[in-house]
Amino acid sequence: MLNVGQLNEGVVLDHIEAGKSMSIYKYLKLDRMDCCVAIIKNAHSNKMGKKDIIKVECPIDQLDLNVLGFIDHRITVNIIQDGTIVAKKELNLPKKLVNIIHCKNPRCITSTEQELDQVFFLADEEKEIYRCQYCEEKYRSSRKKN
Amino acid sequence: MRHLMSPLDFSVEELDRLLNLASDIEANPEKYAHVCAGKKLATLFYEPSTRTRLSFEAAMLNLGGSVLGFSSADSSSASKGESVSDTIRVISCYADICAMRHPKEGAPLVASMKSSIPVINAGDGGHQHPTQTLTDLMTIRSLKGRLNNFTIGLCGDLKFGRTVHSLIQALIRYPNINFVLISPEELRIPDNIRDDVLRRNNQNFKEVVRLEDAMPELDLLYMTRVQKERFFNEEDYVRMKDFYILDKEKLKLARPDMQILHPLPRVNEISVEVDDDPRAAYFKQVQYGVYVRMALILTLLEVEVC
Repeated sequence: MLNVGQLNEGVVLDHIEAGKSMSIYKYLKLDRMDCCVAIIKNAHSNKMGKKDIIKVECPIDQLDLNVLGFIDHRITVNIIQDGTIVAKKELNLPKKLVNIIHCKNPRCITSTEQELDQVFFLADEEKEIYRCQYCEEKYRSSRKKN
Repeated sequence: MRHLMSPLDFSVEELDRLLNLASDIEANPEKYAHVCAGKKLATLFYEPSTRTRLSFEAAMLNLGGSVLGFSSADSSSASKGESVSDTIRVISCYADICAMRHPKEGAPLVASMKSSIPVINAGDGGHQHPTQTLTDLMTIRSLKGRLNNFTIGLCGDLKFGRTVHSLIQALIRYPNINFVLISPEELRIPDNIRDDVLRRNNQNFKEVVRLEDAMPELDLLYMTRVQKERFFNEEDYVRMKDFYILDKEKLKLARPDMQILHPLPRVNEISVEVDDDPRAAYFKQVQYGVYVRMALILTLLEVEVC
């Protein structure tokens, strides 16, 4: 197994579905951050067969990890401080998504005024349905369930 | 500062206060004739509308205020590519309150987020038309004396008719209302209203195809137009457009105190011979629309009338 150095402060995202790490890299806007990121693809996993792992060295408050709940709530989020795991973050569906998904309703104001933030609110937690703030178009989360 | 985007923006208590105010305006119009003197209403209509725009303008003029605005996107800066956000910032400098109709859903909400004056959604695409719902509630309350304990038939295009969807959402907040949903199979109420609104809130409702079957039990009949613009196929529209025609013969099946409502414009779903029947309330409904918009303007401008 490939070895990547230990973090001092940051997060380790483990049990990412194999092949999904780059999309999570973008959702977390890591491409815009000046920090050290290690992406491990197709690592061996007893549970999943193959998995991806992302390690991010940065102050924890600089990351919006809530969005991970929308993408895949099975991801394990380890919070690292002083080189050790100090907490594991539980992932839930976020109440609000900003610029994560886009409204597909051609009659929505966001289809013509594209500088507007794409804002969705969690309308039904049980059915995992989000609705566009502007036109209430439905968006059903496609994350996998246990 | 408050805006009106959806009929559900007001609580039941707030709606009661608004409808009480509208009833007082109806009873004492002279008391309100000058209360908005010096105030201006901007009507920002990015698509054509006759009744809604004129109803807003009549409402503001009845209150002694003034109106300014435009009645199509072509005659506004939208034709030069100006955003809704920029337009409302400019209009906020000219007027005290605005009513906006826009073909894009959510445009009035965008305006409200950037506005320094109250914004009223006067219709945004197929999404919301809250002042029509307020008009419907005012009409029902005025004619039946209550907003509970009745059976209402909603007839026609229940699939695309936003007025029907909004009215159902507003009425489920009142007790003991039975809904009879009358439509052809192709124009049945959408799942999100049937399941997420009616079933989830344990409302009594049934779906029928024949108007005649439902008529005897109704306290109110809300007719709607089959909207040509919603059909991709002319053949389907032609097949559907005459599915329901309310005429004197069918009215014989109705209770003597049933009231007939329609958001207008009608095409031929209500025969003109019905217009003279005392149960035809759709032109009174237009008048109630003016009173309720007057009450809304006063409420949002926080004008107190002693």
